[in-house]
Formats: sequence, C-alpha cells, structure tokens
Amino acid sequence: MTPVTKAAPVATLSSSTIARLRELAGAENVLTEREDLIPYGFDGTAALKHGAACVVMPRTSEVVAAVVRFAVSQGIPVVTRGSGTGLSGGSVPVEGGIVLTLVHLHRILEVDPANLTLLAEAGVITKAIDDAALPHGLFYPPDPGSMKISTIGGNVANNSGGLRGLKYGVTRDYVMGMEVVLPDGSVAWLGSKCVKDVAGYSMKDLFVGSEGTLGIITKVLLKLVPRPKARRTLLASFDSMEAAARSVSRIIERQIIPCTLEFLDRRTCECVEDYAKVGLPTSAAAVVLMETDGHPAVVEEEAAAMESIARECGAISVEKAADEAHAVRLATARRSAFSALARIRPTTILEDVTVPRSHLAEIVAFVEEVAARHRLQIATFGHFGDGNVHPTILTDETDHEEMERVHLALEEIFSKTIELGGTITGEHGVGLAKKPFLAGQFDQASYTLMKQVKQALDPQGLLNPGKIFDLDAPTA
Amino acid sequence: MSDPSAHRVLKHMADLDYSVVQQCMHCGMCLPSCPTYLETRRERNSPRGRISLMRAIADGELEVTREFAEEMYYCLGCLACTTACPAGVDYPKLFEHARAEVEAADVLFTPGRRFWRWLTLRQLFAKPWMLRAVGRLLWIYQASGVCGLVRKSGLLRLLPKNLRNLEPTTPTVRRHFSDDLIDKVESPTTRRYRVGMLTGCVQDLVFSDVNRDTVEVLLENGCEVVTPRSQGCCGSLHAHNGDLEQAAVQARRLIDQFDLASLDAIITNAAGCGSHLKHFSNLLAGDPAYADRAREWDRKARDISQWLVEIGFRKPEGIADTARLTTYHEACHLCHGQGISKQPREILKAIPGLELVELENATHCCGSAGVYNITQPEQAGKLQREKAACIAKTGATLVATANPGCHLQIQNAVGESTVVKHPVSLLAAAYRAGKGASS
Repeated sequence: MTPVTKAAPVATLSSSTIARLRELAGAENVLTEREDLIPYGFDGTAALKHGAACVVMPRTSEVVAAVVRFAVSQGIPVVTRGSGTGLSGGSVPVEGGIVLTLVHLHRILEVDPANLTLLAEAGVITKAIDDAALPHGLFYPPDPGSMKISTIGGNVANNSGGLRGLKYGVTRDYVMGMEVVLPDGSVAWLGSKCVKDVAGYSMKDLFVGSEGTLGIITKVLLKLVPRPKARRTLLASFDSMEAAARSVSRIIERQIIPCTLEFLDRRTCECVEDYAKVGLPTSAAAVVLMETDGHPAVVEEEAAAMESIARECGAISVEKAADEAHAVRLATARRSAFSALARIRPTTILEDVTVPRSHLAEIVAFVEEVAARHRLQIATFGHFGDGNVHPTILTDETDHEEMERVHLALEEIFSKTIELGGTITGEHGVGLAKKPFLAGQFDQASYTLMKQVKQALDPQGLLNPGKIFDLDAPTA
Repeated sequence: MSDPSAHRVLKHMADLDYSVVQQCMHCGMCLPSCPTYLETRRERNSPRGRISLMRAIADGELEVTREFAEEMYYCLGCLACTTACPAGVDYPKLFEHARAEVEAADVLFTPGRRFWRWLTLRQLFAKPWMLRAVGRLLWIYQASGVCGLVRKSGLLRLLPKNLRNLEPTTPTVRRHFSDDLIDKVESPTTRRYRVGMLTGCVQDLVFSDVNRDTVEVLLENGCEVVTPRSQGCCGSLHAHNGDLEQAAVQARRLIDQFDLASLDAIITNAAGCGSHLKHFSNLLAGDPAYADRAREWDRKARDISQWLVEIGFRKPEGIADTARLTTYHEACHLCHGQGISKQPREILKAIPGLELVELENATHCCGSAGVYNITQPEQAGKLQREKAACIAKTGATLVATANPGCHLQIQNAVGESTVVKHPVSLLAAAYRAGKGASS
C-alpha cells in the first residue's frame, strides 16, 4: 500500500504544447481547466490521487497515434484511461502529463456470428459488448463488478475477472486480437479471427494485462460463446466460514464447475442488503451465491447436487432465486459489495489476493486473525471458486496511527498469500497500489524479464510511468 | 442576501461534516446513471467528478470559481446517482450546500440574474399572496383571450429569447385555487386517521384539481383532512437553488401552519416537494425552537401514494374513466429522492380496466428538474425528447406521473392526443365511477 498521496500542483504543459494537442485532437477534446483536471486525478482506488496536466479525449485511433507520437517526441508522459473504475490506481497520472481517455472510442464495429467474434473500439462499455452479442444468441462472459461502466479496453489492459471466472475464465480467454498504438506512435494489429494461430510470438497476450505501460489498445477482437439456455441461482447460508469453504471445496471435488461460487461474510451481507434490499441473510456468518448455467437438464442436475452438498456441509438454509429477474438482482447486489462496504468507514481499501483453491479456508482464517491482532475492521468477500478473495479494510485515511496498522496487516496478508503459492492480485492489477509488493512474488530472473520487455518497447518510460514497477535507472 | 447569513453560508462546504464528502469512494458506479455524464462523457459532469470538486474546495485546493458554479448548475439534481450509489453518499446534501456556496461567493453575478433570483426566490415563492395574485393575473391573461392576441401580435418578440421560447410552454393556471376547492377541515363518514394536506405552490395554481382529487381519495380511505389556508412554498425551490436561508424560513412557516400533534401524517402529492420536506430536521437542526418539531414533521411527512399503500387503501370498484393504455413515468424526486417506486404502480394496478404498460427508462429524468428547463434549455430539451420517444414506443396515450414539473414537461412533449394524469387523480376518478355505478 502506497501512503496517501496528496494532489501535487499540476505540472503545466506549455501553451504551444497545448495548442499542438488541440490541433491534433480538436480543441473541444483537450481539457485544461483546473475544474476539468481534478476529476481525472483518481480512479476507483482509495487514497490515491495526482493531478494531470491535460486531458485529451480522442475520437479515433488515428488521433491516439498522433497524440502519442507528439507526446513521445516532447518527452511528455501519457496515461491511458477508460472509465476510471480501476482498483489499483493504474490510471492515476502520478507523473502528470497527458491523460488520454478513450471513452469516445465507443463504437462496436462488427459482430460476426459466423466466426463468433465481435470487434469493438476500446471505449465500448463492457456490458454493451454482451448486449450486442445477445440478439445473436451469443454471450460475452467476463463480468467485472463495474461492467455497467468499465470499458473493454480497460478490461483487456487489466485482464479483468468477474463473477463467472470459475467456469468461463477471465478477459484474456476472450481476446483474439487487438489494435495497439505502440510507444513510437506506430499502429500494430495483433492476432486474428483464427481459432488456431501460432504465427510468431503471441504478441496480443503481451498486451493483455499490461496496464497501459507497453502500448495503447484502441480496438479489440473478442471471442463470443453460445448463450447458455438455462440458469439456476442458489443462495446458501452457513454459520461458519469453514463450513462455507468446505461446501465449495466439495462441489469442486465432485467435478461440478458452476459459473459462479461467490461468498460474502456477515459484514458484507449487511452492507449489501442495506443498499440493494434483495433479501440476503444478514445473520449468517457466510453466504455463498452459486450459479450454474448451460443445458437445462444439466443445470437442474447440478443445482440439485450443489444444494445437497451445501446441506451435507451444514448449510443453515439454501434458497433458490425465484426467477431470472431475482437471479440478476442477486448477482448485481454481489457486484456492489465493494462500494457498499464504504458505508461503514470513510476509507475502503480493497485487496485482491488469490491462492490455489485448496488453501482458501486457510487464507480466509488468516485474514480474520490479522484483523483481530491489528484491531482492524476487515470485511471479506470474493470468488470462492477461484480462490480469489477480497479482504476489504474499513478504515480512515486521516487516522495515521490506524493507517500504520493497515499497512502492517497488508504486508502480512501479502506474505502469507505468497507463502501459500498465491498471487498478490488476481484481477485488479498491480498499478500503484501493489507495486511495492510485486518483487516479493517473483524470482530475480522473471522480475528482470518484465523490466526488459518494458525497456524494449518503451525506452523513454513515457507510457503510464510509475506503474507495476519502477525502472532501475532513468533511461530517457 | 444579508451579511450575517452570507457569512454563515460561505462556510457551507468547509462546515459540512467531512465524512459526507469522504463517503464517496469514487468507484464510478454512478457514472452510467448520470444524464449529464452520458451526454459529454467528461468526469466533471458526473456525480463523482462534482463531488471531487466539492472535496477540493473543502480541502482548500480549489476556490469557488465560475467554472465550479456552472458545473453545479449543469447538474440536474435528478438524484439518479443516489439510487445508483452503493456507498450511500448523501448527494442531495452535498449538492444543496455546493449551490449555497456558489451563491454566497456570488461568482455567477449579473444584474439580471440577481434580479430574477430576488423576484422568484425572495418575492414570488416567499410570499403566498403574491404568487396567488400573479397566478390570478396569469389566469385572466390566459382565459380572456389576450394570450392568443399577444401571441398573434408578435409582441412576444420583445421578450428575451429564453423567455420567448418558454412562453408557449407556460402552464395553464386553474380558475380555482386549492383553498376554493378544499374546506379547512373535511371529514369522512368513518374516521380512521387525521392528516394534514399540503397544497404546494405550483400545484396550487396549476393543479388544484390534483389537490382536490387527493383530498377525495383520502376521505374515501377514512382520513380526516386538515388543509391550512394560504400555504406557501415548502422551500424546495430555494434549497435546490442555493438559498438555504430562505428555505429555512419557508420550512418554519409551513411547520407553524400545522398542529402536528393532532395529525397522523402530513400528505404531499408533489414529488419535488416531498423529497425536500421530509428532511426539515436537517435544515432546522441548528434552530432550538424548531428542531424537535422538524423531527416530528419528518416522521409524519408522506407522499400520497406511500400513505395510501401504508394504510391499505380501498380498491376501487369503478372502472377507469378512460380505457386508455397507460404508462408510468417515475418522477426523479419520487423514485430517487424518496425511494418510492412500487406504491404508485400498486395504485394504478388497483384500478379496474386500467392497463399498465412499463415505460423504458421510466426512472430517467424528463428534463424538467425544477427550473432546469429554464436555466439549461438545451440539455432539458434533449432529455424531454428522449422521454417522449420512450413514451411513443409504449403506445400508451395516458402517462401517469406524480410531480407538477414532470407533468408539464411531458405534456409539452407528447402533444394533445396523449393525456398526463397524477395517479391519485386516476384513483379518484375510479372511486367516483364506482359510486356512480352503485347508486
């Protein structure tokens, strides 16, 4: 956790630089007023902000390329941003410069039902991708919590996950190709519509999850899958986290792979219920939201099996969603968990540690123990089926003594995660928030390899500087 | 604005409990709900963007600038973000204090603006007799045919463009205002409750018939109705436009008109008023003479549909007087401001023969937004056209909605073939039809 960063004075760009940007992008797409810049100094991450010098809102990928070419020639940093819902501070312009926001690149260019693909500009809203697939009987499964506003470009750049990761995987599993503006301003097309394609390095995969540090993704070619015909949603309550974890392990042991196995602890349930009023039990120690989809017969069979496993493992109750609308409301409520937790304390620090599934109960218990030892309020929810948990620290950034304890707790949680063979971030990315902990997860060779890649593509270090890791020496 | 009050208001943003601004954790869940963000896709035009500017002011990183002021007035105050916000940010409070700060700093000053604000906020909507007198004159102007002559004569070209564009949309004032139509106390055959009735300001002049219908529906459900004479504006207009001082004056005046202890509820039928007047205790928290009564007021304040469902309203036997396909537009300050969505539908569905078809984006603002259609006609017009298009898609020729601003905005958008009604008027008509059939 990086300490609270106060907004520093905005490093201004010279008037001739601004004038050139206006020529390139159109005057109405270049924002320089202080009131315009302040809201671009942060994303969805708590306690991280820094002012941009200028915001550019390009409307075509050609303009993106032109702006990058110009910025690089002038040595100006470029931070790419979608809707700014990131959870690791990835789009915070820590070194000032240009914030390049791609929300106006919002056209869906093609749905190809013969090849089951969709081509979209980077600024298209995630949910709009699935909405466009729907009339063709197709499905775009990745569903991050912010899918109603997050952009597909941001999802690809952070390799976002979601509630359906267990069965359907994450954003990477759906990226077949992309258009990328490289740090020298050239435009590359990577990948193809071919299911099999081993021509050269799989360069597109280098850019998935690169957090805007290697290039700027302007178009994305996505894989779609047939839309499941049926869906069943169950809500099981348990009087202990262990019982909940046990039933999840047993479901997977029985080789049932539902699309969703989400859990929420009591505190999270209380906050979500307070907001969404969908009938979540607020007295149980843990609630597991289970969803299976696919062929109707299989769905019925799996739902029945999951229900009986939950009961065997001591579920207090197992409820079925009344209908499709109720199922959607439950999933939507679960997606609001992080924000709903902000009801309790002023600052809400969300973590994203992920362990091999077999260690899930262990990490959850460890988080509880750490919370007690450091006298902190930590609510936990997450993707049980993926081993991806979101311990959420409810604190107050203005209380420095408490923030010290937060920092210690985080360090311990990260160390334990790594000790269990886990990762410090399952789906939110490294950005700024996890940068100090990244080296601990890698051996020297792999950490160095990442830096070499960065240096090869962006020798001046101008694309989203200060994110993921710090470069050893200034190379500019 | 007098000096001592200005002084107090100046500290509005800084005085706000910091936790109110801090409550926003800028997750962005509000963005897709915000009409102005969807229009421009610029962060400053979004709820979290506006809150970040307020926070910058509270932190002393930004002054109250003209840009900030314009931003606060570009916000519709539709509160769709409040419904969308999982973190429970009190946006209405932030928004009202920010506008108060803008007015205290006077950064939007022009002589014309000051005059219009004085005339409307401190005269017309502060003095019930004056509003009624102007209403009477307007009625004479409209009913006598002078209105038509003026329109033909081209005299309107003398008006400033903003007003000229608005003139055709001026609401038609009723011949009788509420006090002519409603007795001070009206009693049902069997009394179950005793309620106070708010007649409003615009509602009183333009929709006094809705007020009458509200009283009838209350009587049908065993409520004795007490309606104090010459009520004034509840102050919602003032609070939403940065004049919290006058809003407090209006609130005190209104509270004084009711004997709260003798009443089970205070009933309003206008969404914009309801969402404001349920929070008098915030406005008067610092006033020892009123704080307790304001809390009792808040406890008893009810929207009419909320109250009817709460007491288990009688289902009408009479068939709806029109066999029109009906749709329901949710007034922002009813669904977002008060969380009332189901109750008006429950009332509509209880009316025999009324076929209700759901409206796409029913909770989206129609662009009326208090005086927004006057101050920001362009954005208001866009939202109005979107609303009209959604209504056209339903095929409905009757639109039910529970707020005078929306009522006028939608009526102006849909043309004469489509009727706009308050749900309570439809219920009153069904009760009347039921009586006709049984007698």
